[in-house]
Amino acid sequence: MERVEKPLQTKEITLNMGPQHPSTHGVLRLVLELDGETVVKCTPYVGYLHRGIEKLSEGMTYMQALPLTDRLDYISSMANNVGYCLAVERLFGIEAPERAKFIRTMVCEMTRISSHIIWLGTHALDLGAMTPFLYSFREREWILDLFEKLCGARLTVSYPRIGGVRNDVSQEFLDSLYKFTEEFPRRIEEYETLIDQNRIWLKRTKGIGVISAEEAINWGLTGPTLRGSGVNYDIRKKFPYDAYDRVEFDVPLGKNGDVYDRYRCRMEELRQSTRIIRQCIEKLPEGPIMAPDAPKFTLPPKDRVLADMESLIHHFVLITKGPMAAPEGEIYVATEVPKGELGFYIVSDGTGRPYRMRVRAPSFVHASVLPRLCEGGLVADVIANIGTIDIVLGECDR
Amino acid sequence: MEPLEIAQKIKERFPEEVKDIREFRGQVSVTVKRERIVEICRWLHDEPELDFDMLKDLCGVDYLGKKPIRFEVVYTLYSMNHHHMIRLKAEVPEEDPEIDSVIEVWRGADWHERECYDMFGIKFRGHPDLRRILLPEDWEGHPLRKDYPEKGPEKEWKGFQDVLDTARRLQEYVWKG
Repeated sequence: MERVEKPLQTKEITLNMGPQHPSTHGVLRLVLELDGETVVKCTPYVGYLHRGIEKLSEGMTYMQALPLTDRLDYISSMANNVGYCLAVERLFGIEAPERAKFIRTMVCEMTRISSHIIWLGTHALDLGAMTPFLYSFREREWILDLFEKLCGARLTVSYPRIGGVRNDVSQEFLDSLYKFTEEFPRRIEEYETLIDQNRIWLKRTKGIGVISAEEAINWGLTGPTLRGSGVNYDIRKKFPYDAYDRVEFDVPLGKNGDVYDRYRCRMEELRQSTRIIRQCIEKLPEGPIMAPDAPKFTLPPKDRVLADMESLIHHFVLITKGPMAAPEGEIYVATEVPKGELGFYIVSDGTGRPYRMRVRAPSFVHASVLPRLCEGGLVADVIANIGTIDIVLGECDR
Repeated sequence: MEPLEIAQKIKERFPEEVKDIREFRGQVSVTVKRERIVEICRWLHDEPELDFDMLKDLCGVDYLGKKPIRFEVVYTLYSMNHHHMIRLKAEVPEEDPEIDSVIEVWRGADWHERECYDMFGIKFRGHPDLRRILLPEDWEGHPLRKDYPEKGPEKEWKGFQDVLDTARRLQEYVWKG
């Protein structure tokens, strides 16, 4: 037989992925240079969802800027609100009362659960497992219904306030949340039976997107993405805020720093969050839900405005003159949101508006590490890598 | 280590560079000159006693008319092993908005510096890929500067006109029922 002398022609091709692509979870665009199936170079392009939140907030009072923070990471808006409120509270030097702290901790963990199960569903969907998506959205619906019961909104909640929370929790809400915490661990097991030992899942996640602990720290990764590499860094433990120092929970750690370990970390976090919510309900103290000096920053409830003089004056002054001036200074306050470390760096020039508000978004930092994870791997693993860093583009682009 | 102690240590090591040390609500900011910023950062990163292995945040601030030197680049540093934090601020004048990149020290500075360039027009010398990141590449101006109008530029971005034209062109394919 005649031998084919001419070798196969190969050349690198450039592949444009996104900004509209189901696995990019939003509007992320990647330009991939491929040599066969190997990714030689990966360049992410972000900014398609840029709304100028940092610039907008400079023209607003501290109270008005709160709803903007909902629109950062829109699937865990409650956690963003709490992060912002904590930063402003620290700037003003006020503190939320005990009951509000426990309520905030509780809703933050609910958000963590809802964010993680969206992540689980979509990540598994991208890697070819359809079923977890359907199951996880069932539980997410449950949490969103609870949010609706609590404050009337499902996604962009704006429930926490500077100095406390908007309204008190009802016994009915607590009862159904408690029922959720009883039921949810069984549901986690259900997800795990679907994919935990699945051979395809293991092949597609083990040893993919490996990043060592040292490198992960150098890149500035946070949250489960960092803990998958075995670094014990959780702001809830290291810089406890709200009621996190009064509840017991463990910080799950991975070992290998691959996609699978990060998946395990998030699954364990679901269990820990359930544990925290439970303790919050059991330990929930009685008392006020707003700090005593909060009226200087936050609008009083409408029924009080119509009934008593003080509230009417506060309302009038807040609307016409803006809130009391913040002390001059600058502050960086970080909280552990489901994606990682959300930091607010606020520079105050002594007026009622932030002079500069910087949002340190975990998704922004995590998206920047994509080239490092993808380059040298297969093109199919790009999907696994996008999923594992758990980014939301609303927060990345701000 | 306490933040004020760290600030003192920086001052001992770089007496010429440190201009100001300020504390507010338990957080300490050290203002430094921009010339030796990489050297300072490298030292903070490598010194075993300090060991700032993580760059939490890097951003710019525009003090137009408030401070004699207009821009500041703010580095928020954290040490995993020692669990301490410090804020470093490097002053960047308006007439020559350039500073050395710290990407060699912390890889995570990459996108933060690009964003700072995008929003404030501060150039980072030695950055391998200094392009706009959040805004389109042909955008004019730097939005987070204080003299940039909040309602947007006078002239519409030219890419926006393209979008409108495309939308108008595609109108003919709209199903009219």
